[in-house]
Amino acid sequence: MLDFDLMLRIYPFFLQAAWVTIQLSILTTILGLICGSLGAAARLSRHGYLRMIGATYVSLFRGTPALIQLFLLYFGGPQVGIQLDAFEAGVIGLGVNIGAYMTETMRGSIIAIDKGQAEAARTLGLSSYQAFRNVVLPQALRLMIRPLGVNINALIKGTALVAAISVVELTYTAQRYIGSTYKPFEMFLLSGLLYMVIIYVVGKGITYLDRKVRLT
Amino acid sequence: MSDAQPFVEIRHARKNYGYIEVLKDISLTVERGQIVAIIGPSGSGKSTLLRAINDLDPLTEGEVLLEGVQVNKTLPHRQYEKHINEMREHIGMVFQHFNLFPHLTVRENVTMAPKLLKGISKAEADALAEEQLAHVGLLDRIDYYPSRLSGGQKQRCAIARALAMKPKLMLFDEATSALDPELVEEVNLVMKKLAEEHMTMIIVTHEMDFAASVCDRVLFMDQGYVVEEGPPEVVFRNPKEARTREFLRKHLGDAT
Ligand SMILES: Nc1ncnc2c1ncn2[C@@H]1O[C@H](COP(=O)(O)OP(=O)(O)OP(=O)(O)O)[C@@H](O)[C@H]1O
Ligand SMILES: [Mg+2]
Repeated sequence: MLDFDLMLRIYPFFLQAAWVTIQLSILTTILGLICGSLGAAARLSRHGYLRMIGATYVSLFRGTPALIQLFLLYFGGPQVGIQLDAFEAGVIGLGVNIGAYMTETMRGSIIAIDKGQAEAARTLGLSSYQAFRNVVLPQALRLMIRPLGVNINALIKGTALVAAISVVELTYTAQRYIGSTYKPFEMFLLSGLLYMVIIYVVGKGITYLDRKVRLT
Repeated sequence: MSDAQPFVEIRHARKNYGYIEVLKDISLTVERGQIVAIIGPSGSGKSTLLRAINDLDPLTEGEVLLEGVQVNKTLPHRQYEKHINEMREHIGMVFQHFNLFPHLTVRENVTMAPKLLKGISKAEADALAEEQLAHVGLLDRIDYYPSRLSGGQKQRCAIARALAMKPKLMLFDEATSALDPELVEEVNLVMKKLAEEHMTMIIVTHEMDFAASVCDRVLFMDQGYVVEEGPPEVVFRNPKEARTREFLRKHLGDAT
């Protein structure tokens, strides 16, 4: 049977770890959104070399395991003069990785806006930037909330990877307490439940935001 | 008026999409205040010609001039942008599918461009919106979002949006083709009103009755050529070209 007593005694430590997971998630989301915006801008640029850089970024980071990217950065980094602590490496590694996915999400939402929208703006005399800023982007932003939510959901679960470079977050904490309790089921259950709570709350937030700005 | 130069002039316009020639050496002029209808079968190049006038579909060869100023100049990117945006302020365009901005209210649709480009105040913008919307009979919908308008109302809003920039020339690309039949008339009425106010208009249309009753000139296009042109009484009642006759036989309702 499940050892509820143990779970009750030990969960405050897991709350602390959950807080680390939340911090990781927030910072990774911010970095991912920045990388995604730059990536999407590059992918949609009228300059061929920028489009190429954007496409390379996306295919590199989506085409290799995030864990390898993380290991390269954390373990391989010092070899080329990049010294990061585990948390920093986690945020940067995951952020740049999810940024590649967000690039495609943002690009997809932007090109999904009917071409007639930008055309109508341009015929009024707006510059391409003004048309983008005032007509295309506001509509694309509404469209990208849900798919970005999917990216963020994946990212939160993806933070579990940084346990492998010993950031003391939910997954790592579970592993650590197995060593002293010999109760892997309870430990992983506890961290699983906390992931679920975080993801549930974020999911609700995304749904709320999406409903609030949706055009009908 | 001392304009020796035509108001709108198209010189030797050619347009290719790859190997396909869509416009084949078209030259024409439109005088100030004239209302010109462009008719012709699907795929004949009507939209392409219209969209070449504000350089939305750039010509492969040839020139478009508005009051003697070349619209489709070849310039370095930044200079071209500045030039074309200035030219487009004077050329309003209305699309078949309205292309209203769905995230903005009717008022904001009308005032967005003047606010951004002419730096008008909020009070001026409101006055402008009210003036333009009253003109197209849409004042009572000023704070609606486009999704809550009927097709006819949408198109009237799109016309008001174009007019808010005080254009010298209006281009209409099948403004009523996407509308339910019972909503066509309200849009036609707005266009007739513009005609009475002597707005220069180039109108691509499939509505022969409308072309016959409103326009000073009719251009019949087929396969990238202007096959025939003249006053509506002549083109509709007495066409010279066999292709025009054939087209009219299929499309003429009760215009004659
Ligand atoms: N972007 C494009 N790429 C390739 N071909 C095109 C493109 N746009 C138009 N064409 C072709 O150019 C020709 C003229 O098209 P256009 O839209 O000007 O015709 P139209 O007279 O307006 O027809 P409709 O009455 O159906 O609107 C057609 O054969 C069309 O297939
Ligand atoms: Mg057309």
